[in-house]
Amino acid sequence: MNLQSMPLELEGEEGCSIGSLAALLAEIAARLERLSAGGKGSAIDLRALPFAPQEYEALRGHLGQGEVSVRIDAIGPSEIFETRYPGLWWVTHCNAEGDITSDLLEITHIPEIIKSHPHDIKAGLASFRAQLDREMQ
Amino acid sequence: MSHQAALGERLAEQGISRRAFLKFCTALASMMALPPGTATAFAEALVKAMRPSVIWLSFQECTGCTESLTRSDSPALEHLIFDMISLDYHHTLQAASGYGAEKSREDAMKSFFGKYLLLVDGSIPMKEGGAYSTIAGRTNLDLLQEAAKGAAAIIAVGTCASFGGIPNAKPNPTGAVPVSDIIRNKPVINLSGCPPIPVVITGVLAHYLTFGGFPELDSLGRPKSFYGETIHDRCYRRPFFDQGKFARTFDDEGARNGWCLFELGCKGPTTHNACATTKWNGGTSFPIESGHGCLGCSEPNFWDAGSFYSALSMPASPLKLTADAAIAGAAIGVAVSVANRIKKRAAKSAHETATIADLEK
Repeated sequence: MNLQSMPLELEGEEGCSIGSLAALLAEIAARLERLSAGGKGSAIDLRALPFAPQEYEALRGHLGQGEVSVRIDAIGPSEIFETRYPGLWWVTHCNAEGDITSDLLEITHIPEIIKSHPHDIKAGLASFRAQLDREMQ
Repeated sequence: MSHQAALGERLAEQGISRRAFLKFCTALASMMALPPGTATAFAEALVKAMRPSVIWLSFQECTGCTESLTRSDSPALEHLIFDMISLDYHHTLQAASGYGAEKSREDAMKSFFGKYLLLVDGSIPMKEGGAYSTIAGRTNLDLLQEAAKGAAAIIAVGTCASFGGIPNAKPNPTGAVPVSDIIRNKPVINLSGCPPIPVVITGVLAHYLTFGGFPELDSLGRPKSFYGETIHDRCYRRPFFDQGKFARTFDDEGARNGWCLFELGCKGPTTHNACATTKWNGGTSFPIESGHGCLGCSEPNFWDAGSFYSALSMPASPLKLTADAAIAGAAIGVAVSVANRIKKRAAKSAHETATIADLEK
């Protein structure tokens, strides 16, 4: 039986909030300000934060979903979307069984995992040229 | 096995993409409490790392530690350990046997003297000159001391190697001791657990390859990133503990509602491990999620710490008695034992549900 299927009685909204959400939102604002001023990107590990279940859902509601979403299939799916606030991305990685292995908020222009790596581009180019050569023959 | 190829090349050969590896490193960084922004640097450093030679010695053990790693349900992740290292000796896993197996150990010790990692599972018997456990005619003590000389560092895998474990339980007939009782001039890191969590082994090796050393350790030599908190700290049943809602038998209303197992003997509050967050069997669950309290298997002397079904608030050791009282107690004990057996037989024939009291008899 997991937590979601358990008849856990929540004793009122105030009693369950442990105050993480307000602190996290202030932290996000400070990081977005740094990024906007030309600073480096950063990330927040949501699994390391002690959220009450409804605080996590409240965070989702607060950040919403923007116009970009990406799905990656690499040893299980990864769901990445930009929140309604540009520069703030929600990145969720799952394993092959679909269990979440990491859950991050990335404050960056574009999450690192989406970018093509120079080595991969080089390898891809070699493969592309080989294919082209075969077709030209 | 080749020591020449860096990890990145090995991964590419196996069709594991850079993005998949970055995901793996992100999850590892999260579990090791590293800042999430370090995952990319972590992955970049790791793909360039040369695979170290690893010698794995198994002493007084049940092979559960090796099983934990090799039978894990997420081969794509935990099995990456076998791409990170060159496993030059592991007498259970290697194809070679007899003299050929021992020669591969000797060759690795000679070729990589001062550089290889030594992994040990199982405790080391000291009584009768170590005669209780020998490999190729040599005692575990002898093999450990020899292999430790050229090791860059030693990883004690599992509770037996870390703290003596079950072989060390009273009355400890073989004089079993942990690695750290014997090797004192090399860094020894303890990855306790019976068995240890597979990703803990992978994570510590990844940290070693990336940063050239072990993560910060607690007072018992365990990495704080995995053993820094108790099971209770991260248990999803913790809200019920805080609300004072406890299961009192394994089939009462509290058990059915998933309430806290403290009163059924759960050792979560005193057990440092990451089961509640990493979980087992591909992230399926951990013992408490299956309805049984934590046994405290990653702590020293867990086997002698009183009944698994007594609450932590109960004294673990009986009061000391005088000789007369002990004899009288023993006589009463025999009588009670006989009575209990009769009761158990009666319960069995009547198909009654066994209680915690029955389990403790």
